[in-house]
Amino acid sequence: MSIAAKAVSGAFDVERVRADFPILEQKVHGKPLVYLDNAATSQKPRAVIDAISRYYEGTNANIHRAVHHLSEQATGEYEAARATAQKFINAPSSTEVIFVRGTTEGINLVAQTFGRANIHAGDELVVTDMEHHSDIVPWQLLCEDRGAKLRVVPINDRGELIFEEYEKLLGPRTKLVCVTHVSNALGTVNPVREIVAKAHGLGIPVLVDGAQAVPHLKVDVQALDCDFYSFSGHKVYGPTGIGVLYGKKALLEAMPPYQGGGDMILNVTFEKTTYNRLPYKFEAGTPDIAGVIGLGAALEYVEGLGIEKIGAYEHELLDYATAAVSKIPGLKIIGTAKEKAGVLSFTLENIHPHDIGTILDREGIAIRTGHHCSQPVMRRFGVDSTARASFAMYNTKHEVDALVRGIEKVREVFA
Amino acid sequence: MSDLRDLYQDVILEHSKAPRNYREQPAADHKAEGFNPLCGDHFTIFVKLDGDTIQDVSFQGSGCAISKASASMMTQTLKGKTKAEAEQLFTRFHDLVTGRAEGAAGSNQELGKLEVFSGVSEFPVRVKCATLAWHTLNAALEGKQEAITTE
Repeated sequence: MSIAAKAVSGAFDVERVRADFPILEQKVHGKPLVYLDNAATSQKPRAVIDAISRYYEGTNANIHRAVHHLSEQATGEYEAARATAQKFINAPSSTEVIFVRGTTEGINLVAQTFGRANIHAGDELVVTDMEHHSDIVPWQLLCEDRGAKLRVVPINDRGELIFEEYEKLLGPRTKLVCVTHVSNALGTVNPVREIVAKAHGLGIPVLVDGAQAVPHLKVDVQALDCDFYSFSGHKVYGPTGIGVLYGKKALLEAMPPYQGGGDMILNVTFEKTTYNRLPYKFEAGTPDIAGVIGLGAALEYVEGLGIEKIGAYEHELLDYATAAVSKIPGLKIIGTAKEKAGVLSFTLENIHPHDIGTILDREGIAIRTGHHCSQPVMRRFGVDSTARASFAMYNTKHEVDALVRGIEKVREVFA
Repeated sequence: MSDLRDLYQDVILEHSKAPRNYREQPAADHKAEGFNPLCGDHFTIFVKLDGDTIQDVSFQGSGCAISKASASMMTQTLKGKTKAEAEQLFTRFHDLVTGRAEGAAGSNQELGKLEVFSGVSEFPVRVKCATLAWHTLNAALEGKQEAITTE
Protein backbone atom coordinates (compact mmCIF):
# COMPACT_ATOMS: atom_id res chain seq x y z
CA MET A 1 0.00 0.00 0.00
CA SER A 2 1.30 3.44 -0.84
CA ILE A 3 1.78 6.06 1.85
CA ALA A 4 -0.96 8.19 0.35
CA ALA A 5 -3.47 5.33 0.43
CA LYS A 6 -2.54 4.59 4.03
CA ALA A 7 -3.14 8.17 5.01
CA VAL A 8 -6.58 8.12 3.40
CA SER A 9 -7.69 4.87 5.04
CA GLY A 10 -6.27 6.01 8.36
CA ALA A 11 -8.43 9.09 8.16
CA PHE A 12 -11.60 7.05 7.77
CA ASP A 13 -12.72 5.42 11.00
CA VAL A 14 -15.08 2.69 9.83
CA GLU A 15 -15.84 1.44 13.35
CA ARG A 16 -17.03 4.88 14.37
CA VAL A 17 -19.20 5.06 11.26
CA ARG A 18 -20.65 1.61 11.97
CA ALA A 19 -21.65 2.73 15.45
CA ASP A 20 -23.90 5.34 13.83
CA PHE A 21 -26.00 2.65 12.10
CA PRO A 22 -28.22 0.85 14.63
CA ILE A 23 -29.34 -1.88 12.20
CA LEU A 24 -25.80 -3.18 11.78
CA GLU A 25 -25.71 -4.46 15.34
CA GLN A 26 -28.20 -7.25 14.70
CA LYS A 27 -27.72 -10.92 14.01
CA VAL A 28 -29.34 -12.79 11.13
CA HIS A 29 -29.78 -16.56 11.49
CA GLY A 30 -27.55 -16.31 14.56
CA LYS A 31 -24.67 -14.68 12.65
CA PRO A 32 -23.62 -11.03 12.67
CA LEU A 33 -25.37 -9.22 9.82
CA VAL A 34 -23.07 -8.60 6.86
CA TYR A 35 -25.04 -6.19 4.72
CA LEU A 36 -23.73 -6.17 1.17
CA ASP A 37 -26.86 -5.11 -0.69
CA ASN A 38 -26.16 -1.41 -0.61
CA ALA A 39 -26.76 -0.85 -4.30
CA ALA A 40 -30.37 -1.87 -3.64
CA THR A 41 -30.68 0.37 -0.62
CA SER A 42 -28.33 1.62 2.06
CA GLN A 43 -28.88 1.52 5.81
CA LYS A 44 -29.73 4.68 7.75
CA PRO A 45 -27.61 6.41 10.36
CA ARG A 46 -29.07 7.50 13.69
CA ALA A 47 -28.90 11.12 12.49
CA VAL A 48 -31.45 10.40 9.75
CA ILE A 49 -33.75 8.33 11.94
CA ASP A 50 -33.66 11.04 14.61
CA ALA A 51 -34.30 13.86 12.13
CA ILE A 52 -37.47 12.12 10.96
CA SER A 53 -38.65 11.39 14.51
CA ARG A 54 -37.89 14.95 15.58
CA TYR A 55 -39.90 16.30 12.69
CA TYR A 56 -42.97 14.21 13.55
CA GLU A 57 -42.61 14.82 17.27
CA GLY A 58 -42.07 18.55 17.17
CA THR A 59 -42.46 20.20 13.79
CA ASN A 60 -45.12 18.38 11.75
CA ALA A 61 -47.22 20.80 9.71
CA ASN A 62 -47.90 21.39 6.05
CA ILE A 63 -45.43 23.62 4.24
CA HIS A 64 -45.72 26.76 2.08
CA ARG A 65 -49.29 27.33 3.21
CA ALA A 66 -50.10 28.59 6.66
CA VAL A 67 -48.85 31.51 8.70
CA HIS A 68 -48.70 29.57 11.97
CA HIS A 69 -45.52 28.70 13.83
CA LEU A 70 -45.25 25.00 13.01
CA SER A 71 -45.87 25.52 9.31
CA GLU A 72 -43.19 28.17 9.22
CA GLN A 73 -40.75 25.84 10.98
CA ALA A 74 -41.55 22.89 8.75
CA THR A 75 -41.17 25.07 5.65
CA GLY A 76 -37.83 26.29 6.94
CA GLU A 77 -36.50 22.77 7.48
CA TYR A 78 -37.84 21.60 4.13
CA GLU A 79 -36.14 24.44 2.27
CA ALA A 80 -32.95 24.03 4.30
CA ALA A 81 -32.79 20.44 3.04
CA ARG A 82 -33.11 21.76 -0.51
CA ALA A 83 -30.15 24.04 0.09
CA THR A 84 -28.19 21.06 1.47
CA ALA A 85 -29.01 19.03 -1.64
CA GLN A 86 -28.05 21.95 -3.86
CA LYS A 87 -24.68 22.22 -2.16
CA PHE A 88 -24.20 18.45 -2.23
CA ILE A 89 -24.33 18.27 -6.02
CA ASN A 90 -23.05 21.82 -6.50
CA ALA A 91 -26.14 23.01 -8.37
CA PRO A 92 -25.95 26.72 -9.24
CA SER A 93 -29.33 27.47 -7.68
CA SER A 94 -31.73 25.81 -5.24
CA THR A 95 -34.53 26.55 -7.72
CA GLU A 96 -32.98 23.84 -9.91
CA VAL A 97 -33.38 21.20 -7.19
CA ILE A 98 -36.75 19.44 -7.45
CA PHE A 99 -37.83 16.89 -4.88
CA VAL A 100 -39.22 13.71 -6.40
CA ARG A 101 -39.92 10.20 -5.10
CA GLY A 102 -36.61 8.88 -6.36
CA THR A 103 -34.40 8.49 -9.40
CA THR A 104 -37.19 6.74 -11.28
CA GLU A 105 -39.65 9.54 -10.80
CA GLY A 106 -37.02 12.12 -11.74
CA ILE A 107 -36.45 10.36 -15.05
CA ASN A 108 -40.18 9.94 -15.67
CA LEU A 109 -40.68 13.63 -14.94
CA VAL A 110 -38.20 14.56 -17.66
CA ALA A 111 -39.72 12.02 -20.07
CA GLN A 112 -43.24 13.33 -19.48
CA THR A 113 -42.42 17.05 -19.64
CA PHE A 114 -39.24 17.74 -21.56
CA GLY A 115 -39.89 14.61 -23.61
CA ARG A 116 -43.45 15.38 -24.59
CA ALA A 117 -42.55 18.96 -25.44
CA ASN A 118 -39.42 18.19 -27.46
CA ILE A 119 -39.51 14.66 -28.84
CA HIS A 120 -41.42 14.17 -32.08
CA ALA A 121 -41.91 11.51 -34.73
CA GLY A 122 -38.62 10.49 -36.29
CA ASP A 123 -36.52 11.85 -33.41
CA GLU A 124 -33.99 9.68 -31.62
CA LEU A 125 -32.99 9.18 -27.98
CA VAL A 126 -29.69 7.61 -27.06
CA VAL A 127 -29.40 5.30 -24.03
CA THR A 128 -26.73 2.75 -23.16
CA ASP A 129 -26.70 -1.02 -22.89
CA MET A 130 -25.94 -0.75 -19.16
CA GLU A 131 -28.97 1.31 -18.13
CA HIS A 132 -31.24 0.29 -15.28
CA HIS A 133 -34.79 -0.45 -16.44
CA SER A 134 -35.79 2.90 -14.95
CA ASP A 135 -33.63 4.66 -17.55
CA ILE A 136 -34.98 2.51 -20.40
CA VAL A 137 -38.71 2.01 -19.95
CA PRO A 138 -39.72 5.70 -19.50
CA TRP A 139 -37.96 6.43 -22.80
CA GLN A 140 -39.56 3.44 -24.50
CA LEU A 141 -42.98 4.68 -23.41
CA LEU A 142 -42.14 8.12 -24.74
CA CYS A 143 -40.85 6.73 -28.03
CA GLU A 144 -44.00 4.65 -28.50
CA ASP A 145 -46.14 7.66 -27.79
CA ARG A 146 -44.19 9.93 -30.11
CA GLY A 147 -43.07 7.61 -32.86
CA ALA A 148 -39.46 8.27 -31.87
CA LYS A 149 -36.64 5.78 -31.80
CA LEU A 150 -34.38 4.51 -29.01
CA ARG A 151 -30.73 4.00 -29.96
CA VAL A 152 -28.46 1.96 -27.69
CA VAL A 153 -24.74 2.50 -27.07
CA PRO A 154 -23.05 -0.92 -26.83
CA ILE A 155 -20.57 -1.93 -24.12
CA ASN A 156 -17.39 -4.00 -24.31
CA ASP A 157 -16.55 -7.24 -22.49
CA ARG A 158 -15.27 -5.35 -19.46
CA GLY A 159 -18.57 -3.53 -19.19
CA GLU A 160 -17.38 -0.15 -20.45
CA LEU A 161 -19.18 2.05 -22.94
CA ILE A 162 -17.70 1.92 -26.43
CA PHE A 163 -17.19 5.64 -26.88
CA GLU A 164 -16.64 5.54 -30.66
CA GLU A 165 -19.99 3.79 -31.05
CA TYR A 166 -21.60 6.44 -28.89
CA GLU A 167 -20.18 9.17 -31.11
CA LYS A 168 -21.52 7.40 -34.19
CA LEU A 169 -25.05 7.27 -32.75
CA LEU A 170 -25.24 11.02 -32.27
CA GLY A 171 -26.77 12.90 -35.16
CA PRO A 172 -29.22 15.59 -36.24
CA ARG A 173 -32.16 13.45 -35.08
CA THR A 174 -30.78 12.90 -31.56
CA LYS A 175 -32.82 14.94 -29.09
CA LEU A 176 -31.56 13.58 -25.77
CA VAL A 177 -28.82 11.36 -24.36
CA CYS A 178 -29.59 9.34 -21.21
CA VAL A 179 -26.75 7.67 -19.37
CA THR A 180 -26.09 6.20 -15.98
CA HIS A 181 -23.22 7.69 -13.99
CA VAL A 182 -22.42 4.36 -12.30
CA SER A 183 -23.88 1.03 -13.44
CA ASN A 184 -25.88 -0.75 -10.75
CA ALA A 185 -25.20 -4.19 -12.23
CA LEU A 186 -21.52 -3.80 -13.18
CA GLY A 187 -20.17 -0.96 -11.09
CA THR A 188 -18.78 0.81 -14.16
CA VAL A 189 -18.19 4.54 -13.73
CA ASN A 190 -19.02 6.23 -17.01
CA PRO A 191 -17.03 9.19 -18.38
CA VAL A 192 -20.03 11.49 -18.01
CA ARG A 193 -18.12 14.70 -18.57
CA GLU A 194 -16.83 13.47 -21.96
CA ILE A 195 -20.25 12.08 -22.86
CA VAL A 196 -21.86 15.44 -22.11
CA ALA A 197 -19.19 17.42 -23.95
CA LYS A 198 -19.65 15.30 -27.05
CA ALA A 199 -23.45 15.68 -26.99
CA HIS A 200 -23.30 19.41 -26.28
CA GLY A 201 -21.01 19.82 -29.28
CA LEU A 202 -24.09 18.90 -31.31
CA GLY A 203 -26.51 20.84 -29.12
CA ILE A 204 -27.97 17.70 -27.52
CA PRO A 205 -28.92 17.76 -23.82
CA VAL A 206 -27.93 14.93 -21.48
CA LEU A 207 -29.76 13.29 -18.57
CA VAL A 208 -27.69 11.42 -16.00
CA ASP A 209 -29.03 8.63 -13.78
CA GLY A 210 -27.07 9.27 -10.60
CA ALA A 211 -28.67 6.65 -8.33
CA GLN A 212 -25.50 4.61 -7.89
CA ALA A 213 -23.01 7.48 -8.12
CA VAL A 214 -24.15 9.84 -5.39
CA PRO A 215 -23.25 7.51 -2.49
CA HIS A 216 -19.73 6.88 -3.80
CA LEU A 217 -18.34 9.86 -5.71
CA LYS A 218 -18.30 13.60 -5.49
CA VAL A 219 -20.99 14.72 -7.92
CA ASP A 220 -20.62 18.22 -9.28
CA VAL A 221 -23.36 18.92 -11.81
CA GLN A 222 -21.62 22.09 -12.97
CA ALA A 223 -18.35 20.29 -13.64
CA LEU A 224 -20.24 17.50 -15.44
CA ASP A 225 -22.27 20.17 -17.25
CA CYS A 226 -25.17 17.69 -17.54
CA ASP A 227 -28.65 19.06 -18.17
CA PHE A 228 -30.53 16.74 -15.81
CA TYR A 229 -29.26 14.65 -12.90
CA SER A 230 -31.57 12.34 -10.96
CA PHE A 231 -30.81 10.48 -7.73
CA SER A 232 -32.52 8.68 -4.84
CA GLY A 233 -32.21 9.48 -1.15
CA HIS A 234 -32.37 5.90 0.08
CA LYS A 235 -29.18 4.85 -1.69
CA VAL A 236 -27.23 7.61 0.03
CA TYR A 237 -28.28 6.75 3.60
CA GLY A 238 -31.53 8.72 3.45
CA PRO A 239 -35.14 7.55 3.60
CA THR A 240 -36.98 5.70 0.84
CA GLY A 241 -39.53 7.52 -1.28
CA ILE A 242 -37.53 10.71 -1.71
CA GLY A 243 -35.03 11.85 -4.29
CA VAL A 244 -33.80 14.79 -6.28
CA LEU A 245 -34.03 15.86 -9.87
CA TYR A 246 -31.59 18.56 -10.85
CA GLY A 247 -32.25 20.40 -14.10
CA LYS A 248 -30.75 23.45 -15.73
CA LYS A 249 -32.96 26.44 -15.12
CA ALA A 250 -33.52 27.38 -18.76
CA LEU A 251 -34.72 23.85 -19.55
CA LEU A 252 -36.91 23.57 -16.46
CA GLU A 253 -38.51 26.94 -17.17
CA ALA A 254 -39.38 25.94 -20.72
CA MET A 255 -40.84 22.58 -19.65
CA PRO A 256 -44.57 22.13 -18.99
CA PRO A 257 -45.52 21.02 -15.46
CA TYR A 258 -45.41 17.34 -14.53
CA GLN A 259 -48.39 16.94 -12.24
CA GLY A 260 -51.10 19.45 -11.48
CA GLY A 261 -52.27 20.25 -7.98
CA GLY A 262 -51.60 22.39 -4.95
CA ASP A 263 -48.35 24.29 -4.49
CA MET A 264 -47.50 24.25 -8.20
CA ILE A 265 -49.79 27.16 -9.06
CA LEU A 266 -49.82 30.93 -8.65
CA ASN A 267 -53.40 31.51 -9.69
CA VAL A 268 -56.20 29.17 -10.71
CA THR A 269 -59.36 30.07 -12.61
CA PHE A 270 -61.41 27.73 -14.75
CA GLU A 271 -60.23 29.67 -17.79
CA LYS A 272 -56.52 29.67 -17.07
CA THR A 273 -54.03 28.60 -14.44
CA THR A 274 -50.69 30.31 -13.92
CA TYR A 275 -47.96 28.02 -12.70
CA ASN A 276 -45.72 28.66 -9.76
CA ARG A 277 -42.04 29.51 -10.20
CA LEU A 278 -39.25 26.92 -9.98
CA PRO A 279 -38.87 24.54 -8.28
CA TYR A 280 -42.49 24.52 -7.03
CA LYS A 281 -43.89 24.21 -10.54
CA PHE A 282 -42.76 20.56 -10.39
CA GLU A 283 -43.81 19.81 -6.81
CA ALA A 284 -47.58 19.37 -6.90
CA GLY A 285 -49.36 18.34 -3.74
CA THR A 286 -48.09 17.93 -0.20
CA PRO A 287 -44.64 16.44 -0.56
CA ASP A 288 -42.87 13.89 1.63
CA ILE A 289 -41.79 16.56 4.10
CA ALA A 290 -40.29 14.12 6.61
CA GLY A 291 -38.50 12.36 3.76
CA VAL A 292 -36.97 15.60 2.53
CA ILE A 293 -35.80 16.48 6.05
CA GLY A 294 -34.40 12.95 6.43
CA LEU A 295 -32.61 13.27 3.09
CA GLY A 296 -31.13 16.58 4.21
CA ALA A 297 -29.84 14.89 7.37
CA ALA A 298 -28.33 12.06 5.30
CA LEU A 299 -26.51 14.41 2.94
CA GLU A 300 -25.20 16.42 5.88
CA TYR A 301 -23.99 13.21 7.49
CA VAL A 302 -22.12 12.23 4.33
CA GLU A 303 -20.71 15.74 3.95
CA GLY A 304 -19.51 15.57 7.54
CA LEU A 305 -17.48 12.45 6.80
CA GLY A 306 -16.34 13.75 3.41
CA ILE A 307 -17.47 12.06 0.21
CA GLU A 308 -13.89 11.92 -1.12
CA LYS A 309 -12.75 10.06 1.99
CA ILE A 310 -15.73 7.73 1.73
CA GLY A 311 -14.98 7.09 -1.93
CA ALA A 312 -11.32 6.34 -1.24
CA TYR A 313 -12.17 3.94 1.57
CA GLU A 314 -14.79 2.13 -0.54
CA HIS A 315 -12.38 1.91 -3.44
CA GLU A 316 -9.83 0.21 -1.24
CA LEU A 317 -12.52 -2.17 -0.01
CA LEU A 318 -13.65 -3.00 -3.55
CA ASP A 319 -10.06 -3.68 -4.60
CA TYR A 320 -9.61 -5.95 -1.59
CA ALA A 321 -12.86 -7.81 -2.34
CA THR A 322 -12.04 -8.14 -6.04
CA ALA A 323 -8.65 -9.66 -5.25
CA ALA A 324 -10.13 -11.98 -2.61
CA VAL A 325 -13.00 -13.42 -4.67
CA SER A 326 -10.80 -13.71 -7.77
CA LYS A 327 -8.98 -16.54 -5.99
CA ILE A 328 -12.17 -18.61 -5.64
CA PRO A 329 -12.17 -21.39 -8.27
CA GLY A 330 -15.03 -21.12 -10.75
CA LEU A 331 -15.92 -17.57 -9.78
CA LYS A 332 -16.25 -15.10 -12.63
CA ILE A 333 -16.56 -11.37 -12.07
CA ILE A 334 -19.07 -9.68 -14.39
CA GLY A 335 -18.00 -6.08 -14.92
CA THR A 336 -14.27 -5.44 -14.87
CA ALA A 337 -14.15 -1.83 -16.02
CA LYS A 338 -11.06 0.21 -15.20
CA GLU A 339 -13.21 2.73 -13.33
CA LYS A 340 -15.58 1.05 -10.91
CA ALA A 341 -17.50 1.95 -7.77
CA GLY A 342 -19.26 -0.08 -5.13
CA VAL A 343 -20.34 -3.17 -7.05
CA LEU A 344 -19.00 -6.71 -7.35
CA SER A 345 -21.19 -8.84 -9.63
CA PHE A 346 -20.25 -12.46 -10.18
CA THR A 347 -21.27 -15.92 -11.27
CA LEU A 348 -20.03 -19.15 -9.71
CA GLU A 349 -19.66 -22.16 -12.00
CA ASN A 350 -23.15 -23.36 -12.87
CA ILE A 351 -24.57 -22.53 -9.48
CA HIS A 352 -27.60 -20.31 -9.82
CA PRO A 353 -27.24 -16.94 -8.05
CA HIS A 354 -30.48 -17.55 -6.18
CA ASP A 355 -28.96 -20.60 -4.53
CA ILE A 356 -25.84 -18.59 -3.70
CA GLY A 357 -28.05 -15.92 -2.13
CA THR A 358 -29.93 -18.42 0.07
CA ILE A 359 -26.78 -20.08 1.36
CA LEU A 360 -25.07 -16.74 2.08
CA ASP A 361 -28.22 -15.53 3.85
CA ARG A 362 -27.90 -18.42 6.31
CA GLU A 363 -24.43 -17.05 7.08
CA GLY A 364 -25.97 -13.66 7.83
CA ILE A 365 -24.72 -12.20 4.54
CA ALA A 366 -27.17 -10.13 2.50
CA ILE A 367 -26.41 -9.86 -1.21
CA ARG A 368 -28.64 -9.30 -4.21
CA THR A 369 -29.25 -12.03 -6.74
CA GLY A 370 -31.10 -11.73 -10.00
CA HIS A 371 -31.04 -9.48 -13.02
CA HIS A 372 -30.77 -6.26 -10.98
CA CYS A 373 -33.41 -4.55 -13.14
CA SER A 374 -30.82 -4.56 -15.92
CA GLN A 375 -31.85 -7.38 -18.21
CA PRO A 376 -30.06 -5.94 -21.27
CA VAL A 377 -26.77 -6.06 -19.33
CA MET A 378 -27.43 -9.67 -18.35
CA ARG A 379 -28.11 -10.58 -21.98
CA ARG A 380 -24.92 -8.78 -23.04
CA PHE A 381 -22.93 -11.08 -20.76
CA GLY A 382 -24.93 -14.18 -21.66
CA VAL A 383 -26.36 -14.78 -18.19
CA ASP A 384 -29.87 -14.66 -16.73
CA SER A 385 -28.70 -13.29 -13.45
CA THR A 386 -25.69 -12.65 -11.25
CA ALA A 387 -24.89 -12.54 -7.57
CA ARG A 388 -24.02 -9.01 -6.53
CA ALA A 389 -22.20 -7.82 -3.45
CA SER A 390 -22.35 -4.03 -3.19
CA PHE A 391 -20.46 -1.99 -0.68
CA ALA A 392 -21.06 1.02 1.50
CA MET A 393 -18.80 3.07 3.71
CA TYR A 394 -19.68 0.97 6.78
CA ASN A 395 -18.50 -2.33 5.29
CA THR A 396 -15.18 -3.79 6.41
CA LYS A 397 -12.51 -6.14 5.18
CA HIS A 398 -13.69 -8.63 7.83
CA GLU A 399 -17.05 -8.63 6.11
CA VAL A 400 -15.38 -9.28 2.77
CA ASP A 401 -13.61 -12.22 4.41
CA ALA A 402 -16.98 -13.49 5.66
CA LEU A 403 -18.30 -13.22 2.11
CA VAL A 404 -15.39 -15.26 0.79
CA ARG A 405 -15.98 -17.94 3.46
CA GLY A 406 -19.68 -17.93 2.57
CA ILE A 407 -18.93 -18.49 -1.11
CA GLU A 408 -16.65 -21.38 -0.11
CA LYS A 409 -19.63 -22.85 1.75
CA VAL A 410 -21.77 -22.52 -1.39
CA ARG A 411 -19.16 -24.54 -3.26
CA GLU A 412 -19.21 -27.19 -0.50
CA VAL A 413 -23.00 -27.56 -0.67
CA PHE A 414 -22.87 -27.92 -4.44
CA ALA A 415 -19.68 -30.00 -4.55
CA MET B 1 -25.88 -25.88 7.98
CA SER B 2 -28.57 -28.44 8.93
CA ASP B 3 -31.50 -26.48 7.49
CA LEU B 4 -29.43 -25.82 4.35
CA ARG B 5 -29.00 -29.57 3.98
CA ASP B 6 -32.76 -29.96 4.44
CA LEU B 7 -33.24 -27.62 1.51
CA TYR B 8 -30.43 -28.84 -0.69
CA GLN B 9 -30.93 -32.57 -0.27
CA ASP B 10 -28.74 -34.80 -2.38
CA VAL B 11 -31.67 -35.88 -4.55
CA ILE B 12 -32.45 -32.23 -5.31
CA LEU B 13 -28.84 -31.40 -6.14
CA GLU B 14 -28.59 -34.47 -8.31
CA HIS B 15 -31.75 -33.58 -10.28
CA SER B 16 -30.60 -29.99 -10.68
CA LYS B 17 -27.33 -31.14 -12.18
CA ALA B 18 -28.86 -33.83 -14.40
CA PRO B 19 -32.51 -32.92 -14.94
CA ARG B 20 -34.79 -35.66 -16.30
CA ASN B 21 -37.13 -35.11 -19.25
CA TYR B 22 -35.18 -32.01 -20.17
CA ARG B 23 -36.18 -31.78 -23.80
CA GLU B 24 -38.46 -30.07 -26.23
CA GLN B 25 -41.49 -32.02 -27.46
CA PRO B 26 -42.35 -31.03 -30.99
CA ALA B 27 -45.45 -33.25 -30.77
CA ALA B 28 -46.69 -31.68 -27.52
CA ASP B 29 -50.34 -30.68 -27.59
CA HIS B 30 -50.05 -28.41 -24.56
CA LYS B 31 -47.27 -25.97 -23.84
CA ALA B 32 -46.72 -22.98 -21.54
CA GLU B 33 -43.94 -20.66 -20.46
CA GLY B 34 -43.37 -19.67 -16.86
CA PHE B 35 -41.25 -16.85 -15.44
CA ASN B 36 -40.06 -15.98 -12.00
CA PRO B 37 -39.35 -12.29 -12.61
CA LEU B 38 -37.62 -11.91 -9.26
CA CYS B 39 -34.68 -14.09 -10.24
CA GLY B 40 -35.05 -14.60 -13.97
CA ASP B 41 -36.08 -18.27 -13.82
CA HIS B 42 -37.70 -19.26 -17.08
CA PHE B 43 -39.14 -22.63 -18.03
CA THR B 44 -41.23 -24.05 -20.83
CA ILE B 45 -43.34 -27.09 -20.04
CA PHE B 46 -44.45 -29.46 -22.82
CA VAL B 47 -47.32 -31.91 -22.33
CA LYS B 48 -48.74 -34.61 -24.53
CA LEU B 49 -52.14 -35.86 -23.45
CA ASP B 50 -53.86 -39.11 -24.29
CA GLY B 51 -57.46 -38.28 -23.52
CA ASP B 52 -57.21 -37.09 -19.93
CA THR B 53 -53.96 -38.90 -19.20
CA ILE B 54 -50.53 -37.29 -19.33
CA GLN B 55 -48.72 -39.43 -21.83
CA ASP B 56 -45.55 -37.38 -21.82
CA VAL B 57 -44.35 -34.26 -20.00
CA SER B 58 -41.01 -32.51 -20.38
CA PHE B 59 -39.40 -29.14 -19.81
CA GLN B 60 -36.68 -26.77 -20.89
CA GLY B 61 -35.27 -23.53 -19.57
CA SER B 62 -33.07 -22.17 -16.84
CA GLY B 63 -33.39 -21.59 -13.15
CA CYS B 64 -31.98 -22.24 -9.72
CA ALA B 65 -31.33 -25.69 -8.27
CA ILE B 66 -34.69 -25.79 -6.51
CA SER B 67 -36.76 -24.79 -9.53
CA LYS B 68 -34.88 -27.07 -11.89
CA ALA B 69 -35.01 -30.10 -9.58
CA SER B 70 -38.69 -29.45 -8.95
CA ALA B 71 -39.41 -29.37 -12.69
CA SER B 72 -37.38 -32.51 -13.24
CA MET B 73 -39.07 -34.50 -10.47
CA MET B 74 -42.50 -33.20 -11.43
CA THR B 75 -42.12 -34.58 -14.94
CA GLN B 76 -41.03 -37.95 -13.55
CA THR B 77 -43.98 -38.10 -11.19
CA LEU B 78 -46.68 -37.03 -13.62
CA LYS B 79 -46.21 -39.40 -16.49
CA GLY B 80 -49.26 -41.68 -16.67
CA LYS B 81 -51.29 -39.56 -14.25
CA THR B 82 -54.63 -37.99 -15.20
CA LYS B 83 -55.14 -34.23 -15.26
CA ALA B 84 -57.23 -34.46 -12.09
CA GLU B 85 -54.52 -36.45 -10.32
CA ALA B 86 -51.91 -33.89 -11.40
CA GLU B 87 -54.01 -31.10 -9.99
CA GLN B 88 -54.42 -32.93 -6.70
CA LEU B 89 -50.69 -33.57 -6.50
CA PHE B 90 -49.97 -29.90 -7.07
CA THR B 91 -52.25 -28.99 -4.17
CA ARG B 92 -50.45 -31.47 -1.92
CA PHE B 93 -47.05 -30.31 -3.14
CA HIS B 94 -48.00 -26.70 -2.53
CA ASP B 95 -49.11 -27.57 1.01
CA LEU B 96 -45.81 -29.37 1.55
CA VAL B 97 -43.54 -26.53 0.46
CA THR B 98 -45.58 -23.89 2.28
CA GLY B 99 -45.55 -25.93 5.50
CA ARG B 100 -49.30 -26.55 5.49
CA ALA B 101 -49.02 -30.33 5.21
CA GLU B 102 -48.40 -31.01 8.89
CA GLY B 103 -50.65 -33.49 10.66
CA ALA B 104 -51.70 -35.00 7.37
CA ALA B 105 -48.81 -37.40 7.06
CA GLY B 106 -50.97 -40.04 5.44
CA SER B 107 -51.99 -37.77 2.64
CA ASN B 108 -48.35 -37.08 1.81
CA GLN B 109 -47.70 -40.65 0.92
CA GLU B 110 -48.76 -40.13 -2.63
CA LEU B 111 -46.19 -37.36 -3.01
CA GLY B 112 -43.55 -40.06 -2.77
CA LYS B 113 -40.16 -38.77 -3.86
CA LEU B 114 -41.46 -35.21 -3.98
CA GLU B 115 -41.30 -35.17 -0.18
CA VAL B 116 -37.65 -34.15 -0.47
CA PHE B 117 -38.96 -30.62 -1.04
CA SER B 118 -40.33 -30.37 2.51
CA GLY B 119 -37.23 -28.33 3.47
CA VAL B 120 -38.45 -25.50 1.26
CA SER B 121 -41.06 -24.58 3.88
CA GLU B 122 -38.24 -23.18 6.03
CA PHE B 123 -37.29 -20.83 3.17
CA PRO B 124 -40.47 -18.92 2.29
CA VAL B 125 -38.81 -16.87 -0.47
CA ARG B 126 -37.95 -20.09 -2.27
CA VAL B 127 -41.54 -21.39 -2.49
CA LYS B 128 -41.84 -19.64 -5.83
CA CYS B 129 -38.85 -21.56 -7.14
CA ALA B 130 -40.29 -24.90 -6.09
CA THR B 131 -43.71 -24.21 -7.56
CA LEU B 132 -42.79 -22.47 -10.84
CA ALA B 133 -42.88 -25.68 -12.89
CA TRP B 134 -46.20 -26.71 -11.36
CA HIS B 135 -47.84 -23.35 -12.02
CA THR B 136 -46.55 -23.52 -15.57
CA LEU B 137 -47.91 -27.05 -15.99
CA ASN B 138 -51.31 -25.84 -14.82
CA ALA B 139 -51.21 -23.06 -17.38
CA ALA B 140 -50.26 -25.56 -20.08
CA LEU B 141 -53.13 -27.90 -19.19
CA GLU B 142 -55.58 -25.03 -19.04
CA GLY B 143 -54.36 -23.94 -22.44
CA LYS B 144 -53.57 -20.39 -21.35
CA GLN B 145 -51.90 -18.40 -24.07
CA GLU B 146 -50.10 -15.85 -21.97
CA ALA B 147 -46.85 -16.54 -20.16
CA ILE B 148 -47.45 -17.02 -16.46
CA THR B 149 -45.39 -15.59 -13.65
CA THR B 150 -45.06 -16.45 -9.99
CA GLU B 151 -45.44 -12.81 -8.97
